[in-house]
Amino acid sequence: MSLSRRRMLALTGAGALGASLAACGDNTGRGTGTGGEAAPSSGGGRATLAQWYHQYGEAGTQDAVERYAADYPDADVTVSWKPGDYDQSTAASLLTDAGPDVFEYGNGPTIDMIKGDQVADLTDLFGDTLDDFTPSLVERMTYDGKVWAVPQVLDMQVLVYRRSMLEEAGIEPPQQMADLVAAAKELSRGDVKGLFLGNDGGAGLLGGPMLWAAGLDYLDGEQVGFQDAGAAEALSVLRTLWTDESLLLGQAKDWFDPEALTAGRAAMQWTGLWTFPAISEALGDDFGAIPWPALEGGSPSVPVGAYGSCVSTRATDVEAARAFVQWLWIDQTDKQLDFATAYGFHVPSRTSLIPEAEVLSSGPAADAAGYVTEYGHAQTPLLWTPRSATAWSDMMSRIVRDGADPQEELDALVPIVEDELERVTA
Amino acid sequence: MPTRRRGRPRAGTALWFWVFVGPFFAGLVLFIYVPIGWSVYLSFFEAYNTVTPTEFVGLANYRDMLGDRAFRESLLTFVVFAAFIVPTTFALSLLTAVLVARTRVMQAFFRSVFFLPVACSYVVAALIWKMSIFSGMRSGVANAALGLVGVDPIPWLSLTDPPWYWLVIVSARLWLQVGFYMILFLAALQRIPTVLYEAAAIDGAEGWQVFRHITWPQLLPASTAVLLLLLINAFQAFDEFYNILSSFGSYPPYARPPLVYLYYTALGSGQNFGDGSAGAVILTLMIAVVALLQTRVLRLGGRD
Repeated sequence: MSLSRRRMLALTGAGALGASLAACGDNTGRGTGTGGEAAPSSGGGRATLAQWYHQYGEAGTQDAVERYAADYPDADVTVSWKPGDYDQSTAASLLTDAGPDVFEYGNGPTIDMIKGDQVADLTDLFGDTLDDFTPSLVERMTYDGKVWAVPQVLDMQVLVYRRSMLEEAGIEPPQQMADLVAAAKELSRGDVKGLFLGNDGGAGLLGGPMLWAAGLDYLDGEQVGFQDAGAAEALSVLRTLWTDESLLLGQAKDWFDPEALTAGRAAMQWTGLWTFPAISEALGDDFGAIPWPALEGGSPSVPVGAYGSCVSTRATDVEAARAFVQWLWIDQTDKQLDFATAYGFHVPSRTSLIPEAEVLSSGPAADAAGYVTEYGHAQTPLLWTPRSATAWSDMMSRIVRDGADPQEELDALVPIVEDELERVTA
Repeated sequence: MPTRRRGRPRAGTALWFWVFVGPFFAGLVLFIYVPIGWSVYLSFFEAYNTVTPTEFVGLANYRDMLGDRAFRESLLTFVVFAAFIVPTTFALSLLTAVLVARTRVMQAFFRSVFFLPVACSYVVAALIWKMSIFSGMRSGVANAALGLVGVDPIPWLSLTDPPWYWLVIVSARLWLQVGFYMILFLAALQRIPTVLYEAAAIDGAEGWQVFRHITWPQLLPASTAVLLLLLINAFQAFDEFYNILSSFGSYPPYARPPLVYLYYTALGSGQNFGDGSAGAVILTLMIAVVALLQTRVLRLGGRD
């Protein structure tokens, strides 16, 4: 007995140590093959694929994706519905063999995932349908001439206003930035504020729209895109809104929920198209949607984003995973339409499907969907790395909340972004 | 030979020692020492999206982290946090311990009341503080109380001037941890021989004199341990900061302790394990140096 106990302990210990060391040694995340190369199929039988989603807020969404997976005839697809910090946990799991075969990722994989050969090239899956996908999203998911994800469904952010509140104050929906600032101030009376841009005063979300409003961008190709006097001027508008006390702050539910608008605490709110069913239910037709206004020399804008379906190069059968992605997100247009519009308001990522989306055919939702092609910008460019994003977000917080000098802050940011551009394009 | 006869049972003891301790020791090595060693090794390499070193970069990751404004500011955040939370928790837990030890009625009740928050998860407490007590809405508990005296609602977590967010974070942590340190002090108080108090009473000492000359010196070893634990806990601040202040996809720079920053650097979508490891090593060294200085400078516990 004593011997067998010792042996068991020895085996357990050796097994755990061996597994750990194997994980360390093999855990490159940078496969030796190029993205898209098929790993040997497991025994030539029916493939089993693990597909991961982040936890969507709309009821019925999980049942829908499980139904789609069950309908797939060529492999057994399991769906994992992941709450919490999905991006972080997924990125970490890609370093291990316990990761997904197929997974969605916000705006497609990161540049480091692509350069680290963690995701497979999906270009050839599109065939002649590539032009049908929203161009700004395809561009966001393209690097080195290859497309690394299939946009699943398009989300957009937009400025929503209470029609009756504006009419009562004799204010037209603002088309220019100066009009927005004036309207937000005018509409701030007592407990009601003119504008809700999130509890951080728009520091986290409105940086991009402010650059676009001034005719600038985060990047210009592989160069910094905001080295222009107009950038500082544009960002200072958010500080003006803050100091004017035109912004609603401290809400229990942040910008992604319409409660501030529907409860009458703000006359205008920056939010997502997905909130329109709830707004309609609460306010009927007493609301409208407009893009973020322009400054002189710029244009109105709406940020668009999409979860992109990616294939891990560590998938047990990369070809089977690619075939599933092609089937679900390129061939099955009825499922794509169902996913985009049956559980909440989203825009199908294929432009040919937008006219078929009944919920987007009238009212503010139709207006918003129309802004996608005219004013749509991918939220951030692919080469805008997490380090650049953190430095930008910190800068925005300092400008908006602390009143830091925008030009000095932008100047300090340039070398960080250039450093990152040099790293990822090397 | 007597020594050999004694050696046999010793071999048996060693066997049982390893049977019981071995698995835990293996776990310690495998899940603590190997990752720490690997992290130190990794800190000298570039490692984006991989935990396998790719290119040797020497001290470049350390230069990156020390030259990184956000990392330096996170260290400053910690210093501000520790400067307040360590002495405040120390004083409050000592005070409650002395009061609870002296009370003659319902001592068990008071001990439980102060200790109960320790059982609460930091995450749960953080969410209660953020969404209920310090919600920026008029209906939030703190704002409702202020409303009774005619004060307008305060968006506690949105403002940096004045920095109300510190009140939210610090009060959450005080509520969560004072009870634990109170129990440590209570245990230390109960170990003080009653003859010392009796002798002091005979000598005519009372109140503050008794505390200063009997209680406080007798508590010095416990105080050293409490201070060290408090400091290390402050360095490890993560849960309440992250859960109170992180928002959809971003985190404000003004109250970001080092662990939150390293979480975003190494485990966020950046997956920069080289810089993350260097930051972790810097942080560990800082904790070690500060702990060493603290025990040397304060000399709490003395040479006994």
